[in-house]
Amino acid sequence: MSADPVAPPPSLRGLFSGFLIVGVQGFGGVLPFARRMLVEQRHWLSEREFIEVLSLSQFLPGPNIVNVSIIVGNRFRGPWGSVAAALGLMLMPFLIVLALAALYAQFAAIETVRTATTGVSAAATGLILATGIRMAQPLKGIVWQIAMAALVFVAIGLLRIPLLWALAVLAPLSIAVAWWMRR
Amino acid sequence: MDAALNLPLLADLAQQFALLSFLAIGGVNALIPEIHRRVVENAHWLTDTDFAQAFAIAQAAPGPNMLIVSLIGWKVDGFVGALVCTIAICAPSSALTFAIAHVWDRFRDAPLRKAIQHGLAPVTVGLVLASGFILARTVDHSSIAIGLTAATVVLALATRIHPLWLLAAGAVIGALVPI
Repeated sequence: MSADPVAPPPSLRGLFSGFLIVGVQGFGGVLPFARRMLVEQRHWLSEREFIEVLSLSQFLPGPNIVNVSIIVGNRFRGPWGSVAAALGLMLMPFLIVLALAALYAQFAAIETVRTATTGVSAAATGLILATGIRMAQPLKGIVWQIAMAALVFVAIGLLRIPLLWALAVLAPLSIAVAWWMRR
Repeated sequence: MDAALNLPLLADLAQQFALLSFLAIGGVNALIPEIHRRVVENAHWLTDTDFAQAFAIAQAAPGPNMLIVSLIGWKVDGFVGALVCTIAICAPSSALTFAIAHVWDRFRDAPLRKAIQHGLAPVTVGLVLASGFILARTVDHSSIAIGLTAATVVLALATRIHPLWLLAAGAVIGALVPI
């Protein structure tokens, strides 16, 4: 395991193909596969660089992994690098999910197919809840952060306030509290 | 699906998802309550069942978790709808990322950057948990389904089992037991 990237900067084609493979592999979460490709296999980023890219991607809106591809692509090949990486990432999953949907439409009349799909939905719901619970771990012991998470949950999940209005109020409020609580 | 493009509909789809792209703090999974509110409750483009199916298929496919948006587009206006929605949900946030990546590293230790990160963390957690809650209400109509969701939560948290196995187990149980 090398600490620093040693590989030469990737070409546009390299960016496209690297992220193409990540996109096809990424069942149930793409990030682990992106990390393996970027850090371990192709050595485009060091571990530390990857974590920095990831934290920025998570902070910004949009699919995290798409943001990673935009930042990495831009770092090596500018705007076209971003386009190549993001296209590579999205191409196969997009086609595969439409193929799955078409296949599903063919067999949706079969009761077993429908109930199996419901089973997948129920399990996938569990995965999202588990993700939320895992993401909540760093908030432990920080009362204002827990209260803020609860407030967002109630506003969006229970009161069904439109996201735009909820975020327009709660995001600046939360940042203001964070600013006030900083040491 | 008609061969002719439904331009007003496509424009509506594009505009809705482009706005949501900017609001997707914490990824597209955090957007699920809002997407459900817009496409099921307001626009009636999809039924609750359609939505749950699109969610299941998107989760079963490899790749980013935004594919539910592609499937909503597909359901509303076929392949072009899927393409339009996918681009609409990705392009605005990507452009913002592209613009901000240049300045972000310069402010690594700035107090404001830290306040923004610490402030948005609980917002993201609240959003993702709300997504799980809304999905559970949409999907889990039987005690077996509720049990399946609960078991998945426990297994995902307590073990290092690959998520795909949990989805596969859901499919098998759903196929065998009336759910």
